[in-house]
Amino acid sequence: MYILVAGGGKVGANFARVLLQDGKREVTLIEQRRDRFERLEHEFEHQVLLGDATEIYVLERAGIARPPEVVAALTGDDEDNLIISQLAREKYGVPKVIARVNDPRNQAHFDLLGISPTVSATRGLMALIEHEVPEHDLVHLLELRKENLEIVEVMIDQGAPAAGKRVEKLDLPEGSRLISITRNGHSEIAVGATELQPGDQVLAILQPGKEDELRRVLLKT
Amino acid sequence: MKALVIGCGRVGSSIALQLDREGWDVTAVDEKEEALSRLGDHWNGGFVLGHGMDIEVLRQAGIEDADAVVVATDGDNTNIVIGQVAQQRFDNQCVVVRVLDPARAEFYRRRGLRTICPTSVAIDVLLDAVRACEIRPAEAPA
Repeated sequence: MYILVAGGGKVGANFARVLLQDGKREVTLIEQRRDRFERLEHEFEHQVLLGDATEIYVLERAGIARPPEVVAALTGDDEDNLIISQLAREKYGVPKVIARVNDPRNQAHFDLLGISPTVSATRGLMALIEHEVPEHDLVHLLELRKENLEIVEVMIDQGAPAAGKRVEKLDLPEGSRLISITRNGHSEIAVGATELQPGDQVLAILQPGKEDELRRVLLKT
Repeated sequence: MKALVIGCGRVGSSIALQLDREGWDVTAVDEKEEALSRLGDHWNGGFVLGHGMDIEVLRQAGIEDADAVVVATDGDNTNIVIGQVAQQRFDNQCVVVRVLDPARAEFYRRRGLRTICPTSVAIDVLLDAVRACEIRPAEAPA
């Protein structure tokens, strides 16, 4: 598999290193800063290229016209990552493009221009913190952008309307399902006969925007 | 008519001033406060301090009811992204984007973005000037 990685900072360089580990992949890393490039060249040798990955001739020198199976736009600049992604997908027909979002406020621009999937360290960290130290009663665990679905976790409190009820008796909002119940460290798939108890951690899958309805059914008195 | 000029450097400020003289209602956007001084002491138009990638800044500058949007910051990629946001998110019909790199300017022009490439313009003008030199000696009587 041929993978083109744009941006040789910490994210890009480590990503390239991991990709090369099992020796099954061909990787070209593009870095525009000469000082960084020279450091990377010691390690990656001919597999790193000096240049601006938003320049078409640089991308072509890196072999984008083949095209690679994957292009990863991982620079520290969101505009650059957007342009690299658009060029890769729309000019060269690269089947899979992954883009890094540095400033989470720019996520909307990636969505608007149809660049997906995106990775964002900030978003990932926030999800992790929410999961570990829940500040809200409903925690977002995973966003499935393409499917327009998300997976959330809720904790059933004492006195919650769902406590003591069977799943089939719940008036769940349309476009939502319970996935699993975790009780005393054991998890099981939620089926109609599963009875919810206070202290249960429930995973649910739902369409974004249905959170409040789900909250009302499961949590609010 | 309302115009939004994003990026108020040498190019953007001149465009803002000229449109203002022509009777447009102009708002300039730049992330540097010094940019405002480029518009002179008597600037009556609007000025919003902030980055053109920031949706709130664009809204504050009135992108939703602008008749024309000129994107002329010093970054090609920034301009291309802002231009597409203006066109696709805010549905602006007249979006003009400065792109210095001829290759990217051409690619995005084909995709329906009105890109203006000063580099290509300069190349044409310079070539014409050189060709004019070639013609002149031949035209001169022997």
